[in-house]
Amino acid sequence: MSGRVLVGVKRVIDYAVKIRVKPDNSGVVTDGVKHSMNPFCEIAVEEAVKLKEKKLIKEVVAVSCGPQQAQETIRTALAMGADRGIHVEVSGKDYETLGPLHVSKILAALAKKEEAQLVILGKQAIDDDCNQTGQMTAALLDWPQGTFASEVSLEGDKIKVVREIDGGLETIKINTPAVLTADLRLNTPRYATLPNIMKAKKKKIANVKPADLGVELTSRLEVLRVDEPPQRLAGIKVETVGDLVSKLKETGKI
Amino acid sequence: MMMNANRLVVLSKYFQSGQRLLACNVRHAGKKVQQVQQQRLFRTHCRQLAYAKDLFLGLLNKDEVFPYPEVGKEEQDEINQLVAPVEKFFSEEVDSAKIDREAKIPEETLKGLKELGLFGLMVPEEYGGLGLSNTMYARLAEITSLDGSIAVTLAAHQAIGLKGILIAGTEAQKQKYLPKLASGEHIAAFCLTEPGSGSDAASIQTRATLSEDGKHYLINGSKIWISNGGMADIMTVFARTEVVVDGVKKDKISAFIVERAFGGITSGKPEDKLGIRGSNTCEVSFDNVPVPVENVIGEVGGGFKIAMNILNSGRFSMGSSSAGMIKKLITMTSEYAATRKQFNKSLSEFGMIQEKFADMALSAFAMESMAYLTAGMMDRPGLPDCSLEAAMVKVFSSERAWICVSEALQVLGGLGYTKNYPYERYLRDCRILPIFEGTNEVLRMYIALTGMQYAGKIATSKIKEMKKGNIGLAVSMIIKKAMSRTTSSVDLGLTGKDGVVHPSLKESAKKLELSVTHFGWTVETLLYRFGKTIVDEQIALKRVADVLINLYAMTAVLSRTSRSISLGLKKHDHEILLTNTFCDEAFFRNNYMLVQLQKHTPENDEANIKKIAAAVFQNRSYICSHPLDRTF
Repeated sequence: MSGRVLVGVKRVIDYAVKIRVKPDNSGVVTDGVKHSMNPFCEIAVEEAVKLKEKKLIKEVVAVSCGPQQAQETIRTALAMGADRGIHVEVSGKDYETLGPLHVSKILAALAKKEEAQLVILGKQAIDDDCNQTGQMTAALLDWPQGTFASEVSLEGDKIKVVREIDGGLETIKINTPAVLTADLRLNTPRYATLPNIMKAKKKKIANVKPADLGVELTSRLEVLRVDEPPQRLAGIKVETVGDLVSKLKETGKI
Repeated sequence: MMMNANRLVVLSKYFQSGQRLLACNVRHAGKKVQQVQQQRLFRTHCRQLAYAKDLFLGLLNKDEVFPYPEVGKEEQDEINQLVAPVEKFFSEEVDSAKIDREAKIPEETLKGLKELGLFGLMVPEEYGGLGLSNTMYARLAEITSLDGSIAVTLAAHQAIGLKGILIAGTEAQKQKYLPKLASGEHIAAFCLTEPGSGSDAASIQTRATLSEDGKHYLINGSKIWISNGGMADIMTVFARTEVVVDGVKKDKISAFIVERAFGGITSGKPEDKLGIRGSNTCEVSFDNVPVPVENVIGEVGGGFKIAMNILNSGRFSMGSSSAGMIKKLITMTSEYAATRKQFNKSLSEFGMIQEKFADMALSAFAMESMAYLTAGMMDRPGLPDCSLEAAMVKVFSSERAWICVSEALQVLGGLGYTKNYPYERYLRDCRILPIFEGTNEVLRMYIALTGMQYAGKIATSKIKEMKKGNIGLAVSMIIKKAMSRTTSSVDLGLTGKDGVVHPSLKESAKKLELSVTHFGWTVETLLYRFGKTIVDEQIALKRVADVLINLYAMTAVLSRTSRSISLGLKKHDHEILLTNTFCDEAFFRNNYMLVQLQKHTPENDEANIKKIAAAVFQNRSYICSHPLDRTF
């Protein structure tokens, strides 16, 4: 086993920013808006670095698909402890239509190329909330998957994963190589300390194009329109239960 | 009266005189280029003063301040990378209300700050620090200022506490002490002030006597108001030592690196302060503390200069930290003003509220422009002496910050007055700014006198001539005086063919040039009027310092905005608006102060001020009869 872990990190609009829709309803305003690493990706990086610190794996490689700025996100991963980075250059129109299927094809190709033992991703991105990339990557690689992981332990050549599911917690044991996706309670990501950021400057980021990996980026989806959610309307106060029933009938709710 | 002075200047635009006003056509020729030093080494001789001193001659060294300092792309990326985790830490892990309430920074928070690397920002990488430039340090200060107690603890540790070792220490001292200081394992403190010696730092009484075997000094004395005094492991202590100069025994101050581990050091209980309550401030007493001679910083007897250099080098960051705080306040307060409604309108629609926000925006704008201009100048090779500029940044920022916080609190009214909101804490934390790191009064004297001394040297020869009765010179001075009242085509090179200011700022640039010229002339008259006794004319010197601060601020905003326009930075139109508004205000205020500085103008109220104060001090109280008293 190579002892190498691939971690996917996505650059998204910072969680604290108030999102605004573009006036032409074609998308969301991203220009000049603060961006940072997807919180679930941070958890994924943290888990990978923890595994390395426990000496269960040897190398953490951070991967991001996107324009030039994606390198900042990779640098943050490097500052958190990743050893090197791979920047898959996708920009312009291609970037706007980039979706989970493309990313999972890219990650699958990279996992094979880098002979990765493990691929760890965040369970979903906070901008599109797709929750698909991890699952698709596993399928393309024909690897087992441990999604919504809240606990991961390596046991020889198998992995025990505790998954957060609707009914509670499910524990599974899967073979390696495998794909994992991180859920909220998996760990608490560390701060990238300033000394580590300075050290990260010396770590390498390789540049790759999707074409080099044999992935073509035509999209099968077209975004027609983006709207803000409807404004929450004021409620009405009623005096008695009788009033409530008649009001509900009036507005056609019952 | 103020109106007349301004109207005169404005009207005078219509008078053409087409002549250079200044008799001294001494161009700032041949800047002495100091040898570029790789490291920050201490110099005993007077270094090349940067920009401000020539303003006293009515000269504008545009090359020193235009274009606005640039950081390289790599450095900018680095700054952005460094800012993110610090901001994150401060917003998630720092409970300022708790720190203020309990008057203590929790251990875990301190640990987090150390792990982040915030204790060794400017310590070179080879000693375990981050080796950041002044500019980057200033940028991070914008974030650490979000909590006053933490900001002061960090500053006391690295901006002054360990600075002595950094700028004047030997290689051995650096190797021994810096690594643990940079990681935060050891905390540093700066021990200069004593009960009897605050602003008058040169009068300290703590003694360091050389032992019989000449191997160590014994330090005796006590210091007060020492930040980090209760927890510092390594202290920079200033004490009097006996030195022999040309065969004469003299008492001069020396600087020592003192470890708490040397024994004999006791720290008093933490002071219960109005603000920055989480920062540890206490008395530190030294009882026969043995300090090895290897721990003297710099030369024996050269301690005072070291102290001044240390203090001068840390001051400029107050500009960016205050600006960071005000920017945050603007965000918080405008949210409130836009949503709170009275008289069926939101507060933001009322003129008096709008004025407050404009003032906050202008203040933050000027402060950060000045701070980064100064930091950029300090980062230039050749180590220019920017102590004058740094002092100006400190005075301006501390006073404006106090006003802005007060006004922000005012916007929230009663809510702002309660502990449920952070405004009252910001206000209390801010109050220390005009006091520490050199009181604003002392700094104003420093600002005014350094420049006057410089201008005095140049003007001395001319004054000597005049006092001898050189009629020709006297006549030319009278003519100059008359002409300067009708100033017009003043051209100091800011605009026009070789102009450095962007054409859209032409009006404001002209105002700066007029003000500088008027200032230079006023300085000359002051020197002529007072000669050496100018040192005692504090009220006049205060006005001189205030005018100079305005000039520097105007320079900074013009330089910064010219750059923003040229680069096409976002929102540069707003910057033009801010710059023009600021320059207008500063220009008119300068006019008033310059008129006040003239001998026989009604605006000059110095004599009366002194009379009033004298009467009060004679009685040590307010002396008027009560308005309800009767004589019958």
